[in-house]
Amino acid sequence: MSEAPKKTKHTGPAPLHGLLAEYETPNALIHGAEKVRNAGFRDWDTFSPFPVHGIDGAMGIKATILPWLILGGGMTGFTLALGFQWWANGVDYPFLISGKPYWSVPANIPITFELTVLFAALTAVFGMLALNKLPQPAHPLDLRDRFSRATDDRFYVLVQASDPAFDERDTRALLEQSGAVFVEEVPEDAASESELPRGILYVLLIIAAASTIPFAMAAYARESKTTKTRFDIIPDMDFQQKFKGQRMNTFFADKRADRPELEGTVAVGELHDDDHLYAGKVNGSFARTFPAAIKIDEATMNRGRERFGIYCTPCHGQVGEGDGMVHQRATSLAEGTWVPPSNITEERVRLIPVGELFNTVTNGVRNMPGYGHQIPAEDRWAIILYVRALQKSRAAELKDLSEQERESLIRGG
Amino acid sequence: MAAADYESWYQPPKGDSEIAKLTDVVLRVAEAKRPPIGWYVAFTLAVGMLGILGISIAWLFWTGIGVWGNMHPVVWAWDITNFVFWVGIGHAGTLISAILFLLRQPWRTAINRAAEAMTIFAVMCALIFPGIHIGRPWLPYWMLPIPNQMNMWPQFRSPLDWDVFAVSTYFTVSLLFWYVGLIPDLASLRDRATTTIRRFVYGAFAMGWRGSSRQWHRYERAYLILAALSTPLVLSVHSVVSFDFATAQLPGWHTTIFPPYFVAGAIFSGFAMVVTLLVPARQFFGLKGVIEMRHLEAMNKVILATGTMVGYAYAMEFFIAWYGGSPYEGFIFFNRAFGPYAWAYWTMVSCNVIFPQLYWFKGVRTSLVGMMIINVLVNVGMWFERFVIIATSLHRDFVPSSWGYYIPTKWDFLTLTGSFGLFFTLFLLFCRYLPMVAVAEVKAQHAHTHGGH
Repeated sequence: MSEAPKKTKHTGPAPLHGLLAEYETPNALIHGAEKVRNAGFRDWDTFSPFPVHGIDGAMGIKATILPWLILGGGMTGFTLALGFQWWANGVDYPFLISGKPYWSVPANIPITFELTVLFAALTAVFGMLALNKLPQPAHPLDLRDRFSRATDDRFYVLVQASDPAFDERDTRALLEQSGAVFVEEVPEDAASESELPRGILYVLLIIAAASTIPFAMAAYARESKTTKTRFDIIPDMDFQQKFKGQRMNTFFADKRADRPELEGTVAVGELHDDDHLYAGKVNGSFARTFPAAIKIDEATMNRGRERFGIYCTPCHGQVGEGDGMVHQRATSLAEGTWVPPSNITEERVRLIPVGELFNTVTNGVRNMPGYGHQIPAEDRWAIILYVRALQKSRAAELKDLSEQERESLIRGG
Repeated sequence: MAAADYESWYQPPKGDSEIAKLTDVVLRVAEAKRPPIGWYVAFTLAVGMLGILGISIAWLFWTGIGVWGNMHPVVWAWDITNFVFWVGIGHAGTLISAILFLLRQPWRTAINRAAEAMTIFAVMCALIFPGIHIGRPWLPYWMLPIPNQMNMWPQFRSPLDWDVFAVSTYFTVSLLFWYVGLIPDLASLRDRATTTIRRFVYGAFAMGWRGSSRQWHRYERAYLILAALSTPLVLSVHSVVSFDFATAQLPGWHTTIFPPYFVAGAIFSGFAMVVTLLVPARQFFGLKGVIEMRHLEAMNKVILATGTMVGYAYAMEFFIAWYGGSPYEGFIFFNRAFGPYAWAYWTMVSCNVIFPQLYWFKGVRTSLVGMMIINVLVNVGMWFERFVIIATSLHRDFVPSSWGYYIPTKWDFLTLTGSFGLFFTLFLLFCRYLPMVAVAEVKAQHAHTHGGH
């Protein structure tokens, strides 16, 4: 607004800002407002301690555009939230969670909803303040003592002198006839500073400039490298007062934090002095028989089949021909470094003594890992038993079948 | 003058019209030179408790999360219980303000201001707990999408991140809603101010509001739309909080009933807290004529209704656990009612389902002593509800070898006590320095019903 001319006019008595009329009830205010409006005024307003029902119609206030601004705000929030989530999690920093898609709308709805509401609410409040030209620190009406009741229990009409239809005497007469209990002149407020003081302006500018520093630092850090170690605010998580594995400990002569087992000690249940059962060897060479502790019966066979299914089929396949899923996958990738698993039903393997098969399962061979730490010895023997059965089934002859089975085979054929 | 001020609450309000008397009866509380003695006693206690909060957080940061009783398998315990409890308390304010405003319930004007203030303070208490329970309290900014030197973004598909957005949006919108409602009353305080400082401070916050009808027009539009925006927001916030649990596959958490069940519980506890705060406030500050018994009675009816809904949800959880046929689900609910934490479960059921049923009797609903006792019990019960959901589901999980039993330490107790200190300190400051009742709205209501036009 025009601050500059106001200051130069400050010589004589203050010029007139307008006329203020006071009413006692909301009804009287509406009545007065209708009169002022019908007289064709443009620069005028009414004031009340609470929103008066019907004043909008009496004054001819047009519906505000605020709802449309709020709609725009909400749509901005919606677009920003959805777009940002897509860009951040789907494009800029794809982050796999349980094999779920990087970008899936249902999981992004909650944040989108919240930001839609947030942006709409911020627009509602700040849009309302902006359209109402708030904050408005000073107004000529502030100089009228009576006007302080505008926020208590009285109702006012202000007709501004800037209105083309304004005439001091006629307008005063109009207001007095409109049911006002009191009418007074409102001079311009020449004394109040309308501009922001310089000091506050500088402080605001400095704060605005300083607020960009963290963002600039983050941007710099993103684009640069450093050899310095990370900054530790509370270091006791990274540097804990204890010895970890594979670290040095000067207390011991060998300076190792890991302590070896004492010589001559055996852990409970780990004596393993039966070479036949635990190493598959008899008198230093591989055994050709099963150890005495392993019962050759249906239960052991079933156990062996189950364990074989768990541990062996991924590579060796269901019947041990070396065509398991891992092999199929490796072959389809055609990497060239793949050593195919053995066909354990072929003659070469059939001739290997059970003790040596046991040793292979325990310690591994070529790229097959050892399973000794995973499968108990009894189960390993059960697997060998099942392997022997598989081998037998692949090299069976007619004479191995019972009379009945032979007959059914011939009849069926 | 000073002595007279103290008793001024009990004197008839000044003013030559009904409207002026309304202004006076509410605003003189904030204008008196001295508050009642009871305020000083309460404020001293509250600030002492706030100090406890400061000490327990400082000790937590200095030592680490180990000062709490949280231990595998109960890795979420009082921290998250307190968070959900306080967020729940914070639901009544916006519900009273927004939903009752949209439904044109005139009785809301007596209580909405205090309820909104309570909401903001409760959400502030709630926001403390996720911030301090993360173990590395210097890294909470990882929850926000701030460009950083690691080139990383938060995982927006996680319910824990939804929480960050839901609760912070709720806090911001509640604060704005409260502030917009305050502007006309701050202007009244400015215009009645007798000292320069009061005039300047209230004037700065009133932003030059003078009650222009052209401004009122936009103001009413903005307020209505804010109410319409806040209504789904209220419902979304506790739903999102419940997703923290419902999207986990832990029996006892993995339940589709959680969002409505949490929202009903939140309204239940929030209303109980509003009544708990307003009963003493209206006695101390002579606001019995504005916050009337019929308003409190209406609140108690809502508490009865939501309490019954919560009871239905408890029953339905058991029904689904049986009907769903999952042995894990069945076990966890049997264990909830008859396992090691049965004492917590039955405390919850008594406080939340059984005692509020006394509100069927008008004599109980309209008795100040009766409603104080029941509503404090409701708040105790709602705290236990969150504890029961969190701790009893965790302490017996899928692997029996990792079963455990959570026992709080003294720091758990002190942190919870301290959060009440923060809440009461802020609420007492609010009672002292801001209008406890939305005067402009009450006046509009008065003019509307008493033949203003």
